[in-house]
Amino acid sequence: MLPNSMLYHLGRYTLLLKSTVARPERFSMYYKETMRQMDAIGVGSVFIVLLISVFIGMVTAVQFADQLGDSFIPSYYIGYIVRDITIIEMAPTITCLVLAGKVGSNLAAEIGGMRQKEHIDAMEIMGVNTAAYLVMPKLIAAVLVIPLLVAISAFVSIIGGYIATVLPGDLSHTEYVLGLRSFFVPRYVFIMFVKAAVFAFLLTSVSCYFGYYVRGGSIELGEASTSAVVVSNVLILLFDFIIALLLT
Amino acid sequence: MIRTENITKSFGENEVLKGITTEFYTGKPNLIIGSSGAGKTVLLKLLIGLFEPSSGTVYYGDTDLFSLTPKELRTVRMKVGMLFQGNALFDSMTVEENIRFPMDMFTRMTAKEKSARVDECLEMVNMEGINKRYPSEVSGGMQKRVGIARAMVLEPEYLFCDEPNSGLDPQTSILIDELICDLTTRNNITTVINTHDMNSVMGIGDNILLLKNGLVAWRGDKSQVLESDNQTLEDFIFASPFLRRLRTDALKLRNG
Repeated sequence: MLPNSMLYHLGRYTLLLKSTVARPERFSMYYKETMRQMDAIGVGSVFIVLLISVFIGMVTAVQFADQLGDSFIPSYYIGYIVRDITIIEMAPTITCLVLAGKVGSNLAAEIGGMRQKEHIDAMEIMGVNTAAYLVMPKLIAAVLVIPLLVAISAFVSIIGGYIATVLPGDLSHTEYVLGLRSFFVPRYVFIMFVKAAVFAFLLTSVSCYFGYYVRGGSIELGEASTSAVVVSNVLILLFDFIIALLLT
Repeated sequence: MIRTENITKSFGENEVLKGITTEFYTGKPNLIIGSSGAGKTVLLKLLIGLFEPSSGTVYYGDTDLFSLTPKELRTVRMKVGMLFQGNALFDSMTVEENIRFPMDMFTRMTAKEKSARVDECLEMVNMEGINKRYPSEVSGGMQKRVGIARAMVLEPEYLFCDEPNSGLDPQTSILIDELICDLTTRNNITTVINTHDMNSVMGIGDNILLLKNGLVAWRGDKSQVLESDNQTLEDFIFASPFLRRLRTDALKLRNG
């Protein structure tokens, strides 16, 4: 039963994505919608991203400081570890998991609400390719904006690590900065952006999918929103593993 | 003209429409009536192509709606206007933006031309001066009119109205009916109205199709309703004892 249902969703998801790749009826309308989505997804998520990022950095630094406490490993390694773990894993994955909750549920509810209020039918009857008009601008906006949010997240996490270790006096400013500047592999930044773009695509397209095909009333809308978040999160973690296998 | 040919529609085991062959004429309001669950909305959605039939088809003139590619279907739909039961006005847009939306999407008109057309459409439905208001800031009847204005903005050849009177008081219902009827005759378009409002049947029913259990139970116009001996029609239109008495009196009067 489960594989059948998964195949059904996968097929319908693929068809939806296929429908979104179409020539816009009016480019300016799509451009305007993309800008609106960039504002909603990007600017609307900055605060929560800053908040979680600073804590991610602080927790990572404190945990590693504790682990390295009595070992022979130099303490400046804390800066190095915070930097790498943030860039490779924490910033893209945790940020996108949080965005799947915030942005993903919002997108599913927005499109699902439009479906239930017959807005999508109204557009269809006007001759609008609703899959393209409702999904493509969101996908473009997310794939452009979320990597920027992830970059901000990485930067703020590193500052968080600094706050948690240097300000209480566990580590000197010089040591932390030395750690940040040691063993830097530029490819990790590339991996971060690849992960961010892939996760952005996944969380947006999956959320739009659940919203687009919602049926029934408010309970079904709530379920669609929950499914959007859950499936996005699972896929983000699955692709995190796949990207890790392929790129490291 | 729109024509359906032996159209059926099932949802799983449930056969909602059981073979409907009919015509909807240009220049007059065509009414689909029937009690709840009779298949009116399903038929309307099939006519627009929002549902695919289980068998049979729909012709717009000579064009078979269900043999079209998605792109061709979108071209046909640009000739269609629709008034939804719940209006389907975009909440985040003002009245003007709602009406302008189809023009923004499909025309190369200048902003000035679009504004002029919006004003023209609002004037057509007697709703001048509400351009900047949001749908939530106007009454249900006004929302219906705005919905009609949006449906008419691209000068459609076909207008579909899904229960245009639902949730409206009788006076406003009659005004909406008159407006739709007036637009239909003035613009010579094919209008299909899905309703179970008796005032609409007797007021603007120039071509009435009564559905029962997915089949056509009766067909005629408003002038034939009073004298018809079709039991289904009688049960539907003259449902209350008061209306039955009114009908008897009307028939007595007519027959002297």
